[in-house]
Amino acid sequence: MKYSVFAAALLGASAAYADTPELTVYTYDSFVSDWGPGPAVEKAFEAQCGCDLKLVGAGDGAALLARIKLEGARSDADVVLGLDTNLTAAAKETGLFAEHGVSADYSLPVAWEDATFAPYDWGYFAFVHNADAAAPADFKALAASDKKIVIQDPRSSTPGLGLLLWVKAAYGDEATAIWEALSDNVVTVTKGWSEAYGMFLEGEADMVLSYTTSPAYHLIAEEDASKAAAAFDEGHYMQVEVAGILAGSDQPELAKSFMAFMVSEEFQSIIPTTNWMYPAVTPAAGLPEGFETLVTPAKSLLLSADEAAAVRDAALSEWLDALSQ
Amino acid sequence: MARRAQPISASPGVGAALFVAALILGTLAAVALRAEAGRGLGASDWAALRFTLTQALLSAVFSVLLAVPVARALARRRFPGRSLLIALLGAPFILPVIVAILGLIAVFGRAGWISQALGFLGFEPLQIYGLHGVVLAHVFFNLPLATRLILQGWQETPAEHFRLAAQINAGAISMWRLLEAPMLRQVLPGTFAVVFAICLSSFAVALTLGGGPRATTIELAIYQAFRFDFDLGRAALLSAVQLLLTGAAGYLALKAARHDGPGAGLDRVLQRWDGQNTSARLFDLFWLLAAASFLLLPLAALLVSGLPGLPLLQASVWWAAMTSLLVAACSTVILLCLALPMSAAVALGRRGGVETAGILGLAASPLVIGTGLFILIYPIADPFALALPVTALVNAIMALPFALRILVPRASEVIAGYGRLGLSLNMIGWPFWRQVFLPRLRAQIGFAAGLGAALSMGDLGVITLFADPEVATLPLQIYRLMGAYQMQAASGAAVLLLLLSMGAFWILDRGGRWHAED
Repeated sequence: MKYSVFAAALLGASAAYADTPELTVYTYDSFVSDWGPGPAVEKAFEAQCGCDLKLVGAGDGAALLARIKLEGARSDADVVLGLDTNLTAAAKETGLFAEHGVSADYSLPVAWEDATFAPYDWGYFAFVHNADAAAPADFKALAASDKKIVIQDPRSSTPGLGLLLWVKAAYGDEATAIWEALSDNVVTVTKGWSEAYGMFLEGEADMVLSYTTSPAYHLIAEEDASKAAAAFDEGHYMQVEVAGILAGSDQPELAKSFMAFMVSEEFQSIIPTTNWMYPAVTPAAGLPEGFETLVTPAKSLLLSADEAAAVRDAALSEWLDALSQ
Repeated sequence: MARRAQPISASPGVGAALFVAALILGTLAAVALRAEAGRGLGASDWAALRFTLTQALLSAVFSVLLAVPVARALARRRFPGRSLLIALLGAPFILPVIVAILGLIAVFGRAGWISQALGFLGFEPLQIYGLHGVVLAHVFFNLPLATRLILQGWQETPAEHFRLAAQINAGAISMWRLLEAPMLRQVLPGTFAVVFAICLSSFAVALTLGGGPRATTIELAIYQAFRFDFDLGRAALLSAVQLLLTGAAGYLALKAARHDGPGAGLDRVLQRWDGQNTSARLFDLFWLLAAASFLLLPLAALLVSGLPGLPLLQASVWWAAMTSLLVAACSTVILLCLALPMSAAVALGRRGGVETAGILGLAASPLVIGTGLFILIYPIADPFALALPVTALVNAIMALPFALRILVPRASEVIAGYGRLGLSLNMIGWPFWRQVFLPRLRAQIGFAAGLGAALSMGDLGVITLFADPEVATLPLQIYRLMGAYQMQAASGAAVLLLLLSMGAFWILDRGGRWHAED
């Protein structure tokens, strides 16, 4: 933290500023943007902690982890918020994280027993389509149909990696055959979610890989009921987003109170309509109106952090082989 | 070549070139040294290398070949709106990639304007995804640049040459042989090298329009090494391969170029007597219409979708726009401080090293430069505090190759034409710079500064690695808007970015040619 103080001194900030303890939280870009949860979270936490909460955006989940690895033990960060279970095994391996000590009554469809990372929200990956068009009921039906899809590259995108593990979790050794069958449905593969979703909205594809909660955005923020997510019979792969405390933090107590705040009512009720995901702990008032219209998968798929880390390289080369032909 | 006395010294330029090379190679070394033992290049990397070379070669060949007739038409025709058209043609080049992709798809995509028109006539929609889509997109980006660089070659041919050609009644073939072919031999190799280098480091465009992982480029492999495998050694290795390829391409192209310029003229107002018959007029008209519709339709699509979003823009977007303007201004100043001495050094005969250092800026992966700078800066200062200066510097380095292509031919002419006169008048050092070199390069400086400012405005570059929530640049803010489902506001912000970039380009470019040939 001494560097930020140095920077503050450079910028001519007042000396009083340095007296307030500062908690630095690294997160992904869309969390800190004006439309994300960041501004409301900052305001709510600062009202109760007597501290300065500094949210720092660093790309997406994978870039965030790379950033922590680059900075190593000297990192200014106290808390990292925004990794998902596909990244936590690698994150834990760095040895940079301490135990979070948080307990809560999670409303996740799976049991949560990770002592290093605590969840704050979750969602299901799904293919989003126009509500007036019929949607296939599973990957095989999708592959047999002439529906065109846009997906994200697992090498550069979190949802892209999620889809890779979705097919792997649902089909195991059959995954290659599924990808080969899907290859004529794939219009193209994009670098990130934004390109793919933008192309879908332009009408370039019938379906796009996103989340079951995406239609909630259109419904609640735009009063537009024209988008729907297709429910797949194999089940839907989950993304669980988590946060952890860095062992090198110089504000361990403050970091712990932030983690407790993260699973509290106040933080959790900000999540649904800013991050457009399900809160990890459903608030007393329930989910916002509109969320009840979303599809609820019959089955939740999630590889454990270790399984995900073990299969992802092989799954990637299957994917590359199937789609490169 | 024996060095004779010259009115200005090459050493500042050589120093600038060393600085650029040290920055690019130093950041690469920082990444490599930080790496743990990783794996070397695998079969998929070689496949990526082959695809990268193929698409870059095809893209550069088509961009340059198609640019010649367009530039010739612009050079010999005068019509209302010509300078506006020239400025507008620069627009594709400065768009952020994600925005340009959406613009291209709105016109050429499966549900694009052309496919819809084909649908009315009962045809199948256009199939844009594949190698041809990659080349199409790269031609869209680079045809305007190639056209401007080649057009400049025509504009630098002294008006007296055209007068002489008219006096000896030179026909189309003689004009080609006497004036145009020698000029093109001087201009084309450098233009080709620049376009080739740009396409070599393409990533999102190649992946999206290439239709999937078969269109994997080296830059994507670097990205994968960095964030999927966190294998810094492999990222550095791939980046070195990319630098080598670009360096080799640049070296070969510059070697192939002729270096004897057309000689100095008397700055008369240009008048053309050739190419006035009907077939030549129709030929030029065809190329102008074809290029204008190819380049302007996707921009029109962006305007159509973005203008309704303009009133939705929040204060944060306007702040980001101010930040981008500030970064662009600083970046342009840095660019000129590097490019002017370097172009003078090249003109003074220090060709190979200085020019190659200049072209490396194109080949350096922004991810590797950014990471390298991060590793270097992190122990001594807060990277966030330095986000904007670093962005301005890296943007300047990335624009340097273009600036050199623009400045070097004219700088060579000025040194060759006025060097001895300057010496004989004892006009040495700063007086020569101030009274001869800079004024005679005014148009080129304006063009280079305009391009540098516009590029810096539209470039995401390294800001993502250093970004601080409070100081986003406009392209970063566009990404953030899209990431938050705000597609309408994002297209509005993209229009704002387009207008600002074009405005900066227009003002600087016009400023350089004020009172000069239209």
